[in-house]
Amino acid sequence: MWKLARYRMAAGIATRPLADILADQTGESGVPNETAPAGQLPPELLREWRSRLHGAFGGSLHLRHVDSGSCNACEWELTALMNPVYDMQRLGIDFVASPRHADVLVVTGGLTRNLAEAVRLTYEATAHPKAVLAVGDCACGAGLLGRTYAQSGRVDTCVPVLVSIPGCPPHPHRIIRGLLEVMARLEEA
Amino acid sequence: MMVIETVAPSEIGQVCAAYAKRGFRLQTMVGTDERRLSGAYVVRYLFVDDVAHETVECRATIPADKPSYSSATPHVPAADWYEREVFDLLGLRPVGHPRLEPLVLHGERLGEYYPLRKDFDIAAELPPVVRRVAPAALPDGYFEVPVGPIHAGVIEPGHFRFTMRGEVVEALRADLFYTHRGLEKRAEGMPLADGLRIAEQACGVCSVSHALSYAQAVEALVNIAPPPAAGWIRVVLAELERLYNHVGDVGNICAGIGFSVGAMHGARLKEELQQLNDNVVGHRFLRGAVAVGGVAQGLGAAKRDQVRSALERLTPDFSALADVILSHGIVCDRLRDTGRLTPQAAARLGVVGPALRASGVSRDVRRDAPYAAYGALSIAVPTYPQGDVMARLEQRIAEFFGSVALIQEALWRLDSAPKPQPADLCAPLPSAAPFAYGVGVSESPRGENVHFVMANEHGAVERLRIRSASYANWPAVTSAAVDNLIADFPLINKSFELCYACCDR
Repeated sequence: MWKLARYRMAAGIATRPLADILADQTGESGVPNETAPAGQLPPELLREWRSRLHGAFGGSLHLRHVDSGSCNACEWELTALMNPVYDMQRLGIDFVASPRHADVLVVTGGLTRNLAEAVRLTYEATAHPKAVLAVGDCACGAGLLGRTYAQSGRVDTCVPVLVSIPGCPPHPHRIIRGLLEVMARLEEA
Repeated sequence: MMVIETVAPSEIGQVCAAYAKRGFRLQTMVGTDERRLSGAYVVRYLFVDDVAHETVECRATIPADKPSYSSATPHVPAADWYEREVFDLLGLRPVGHPRLEPLVLHGERLGEYYPLRKDFDIAAELPPVVRRVAPAALPDGYFEVPVGPIHAGVIEPGHFRFTMRGEVVEALRADLFYTHRGLEKRAEGMPLADGLRIAEQACGVCSVSHALSYAQAVEALVNIAPPPAAGWIRVVLAELERLYNHVGDVGNICAGIGFSVGAMHGARLKEELQQLNDNVVGHRFLRGAVAVGGVAQGLGAAKRDQVRSALERLTPDFSALADVILSHGIVCDRLRDTGRLTPQAAARLGVVGPALRASGVSRDVRRDAPYAAYGALSIAVPTYPQGDVMARLEQRIAEFFGSVALIQEALWRLDSAPKPQPADLCAPLPSAAPFAYGVGVSESPRGENVHFVMANEHGAVERLRIRSASYANWPAVTSAAVDNLIADFPLINKSFELCYACCDR
């Protein structure tokens, strides 16, 4: 127990400030950034984020992840959102265990034939109002594998997509900005 | 040196049985449509003898008008999935196979749709999946728990059916291949060099290993060797991949028992390692770094220093975390004796990688069949005999430190070599002989990855067959779960840390 306490003290706090995460463009050179236009100041973004979060969902947005045939890279980046560095839960956003509890379905992968039914049933099981966030090139229809006998190559052939976040896989901070976009669109609707 | 034994389709099952009896292990099995060349299909079973380092290819040519051969599965249990997959995708029937259900193409058997046949268009639409789920006939006191394919966490899809007696798992069936994407078919017809990008897509988290296996298969096919500097950079890349995977899994095992300190700090260290990957290679999963013939980018002095200083900081950090985990009484109590895989079961099922070494078997591709620059390094292969979750955790912790040492050695070798010119990083690719093929093997964080690549008459990919470590290890998960509490299954599953995507392709 002493070792544990000492280790926790020594490790300190790894969490990055939200403004840093929203402003970070690492690894995105050459990729058009849909959610944070260049020149937007992080503090404004931060203010927008906070108002969206509190306005639209009373401070909580619940996500349900659905893998429609991904290579596991997008899953790891979604998992990274919950690590101490990005710590998405502090923003009031969390993954839930059932589509019944979710506001947003986060779909990764190019919709394989073997999973099409599961994706459709998950969408149907989600309560209104609901939205689908397509994460990664495969889900957005820009994947390297494209359409084959085993997959349609995009998720919007099965469920309506509200926001797409391209990338192979998209960086965690890009996914966080995509969530901001989802909230803005849901508020407009 | 590979020995090739050509036999009649009706005898291949017996011939495979004889090799298995002599101690050979099934490494992979490939079916190819060679009707353009010879008017027939071919199945190839690759067997290796890990002690004598011998490889044997048992091959049968199967006439197009009578597409069947004798199954090896009754004698070689590890051949089960391979033969079912070849039946699904090529329509070659393994006569005598004990459970010839559809594997890769879900639902009812489709008949005339055989996607890997050359006359099948890749974008052709298959009929939708028709599932018929019938309740199992179980004796009194037993019940079934179906789980998946969509799970409660952020993980990949698979369907598990537990046969339970109270809290104890009596049997487990894993239905996988939900993420079958048609990746091997997509690679067909692509230039040999470009096929590597497709091979990388097999798995997000073993991208380097898949890229290396593919590159080595093509290099064997055209008979070239990557330049020495590229070999050292490949070692650094492969070991960086092992580091973030092993650290991530140590955290995940902690998450599997609700030990938050271990889970969160494991996640933090994994994130730091992935940021290091991003800084050094420009990709958090190290994609795009390997090329056929060598590597796609150098590793300059500044980047080498970056790796070194990151490892100097992270190694003691991880060491302290491992100490916290291993000295925690409750954690150890949960992990010991849970999910035991005996060496006998491991051998029967053809298990590879850390899962095999944690069952006490000393085998590692890096030492036994060296590739990249591993031949010039002394590779320590730690083993743990117990075969339980604890052993697999300790195995990964030990391998973390082994990988750090290998990276440091490789960086030192790169330091002492002259600054490489572009030609020192990647050998040019000569043209390939039609229907020549090569096999590439590398040790991913999950074990042995085997790629089979055949060229066509235009120097493009004729056939790619990826046998990932997860493909070999999945049957071990179902075997290790038996006699455990169902609540321990997530933990057992995490201790094997298998991918679904590179199994399903």
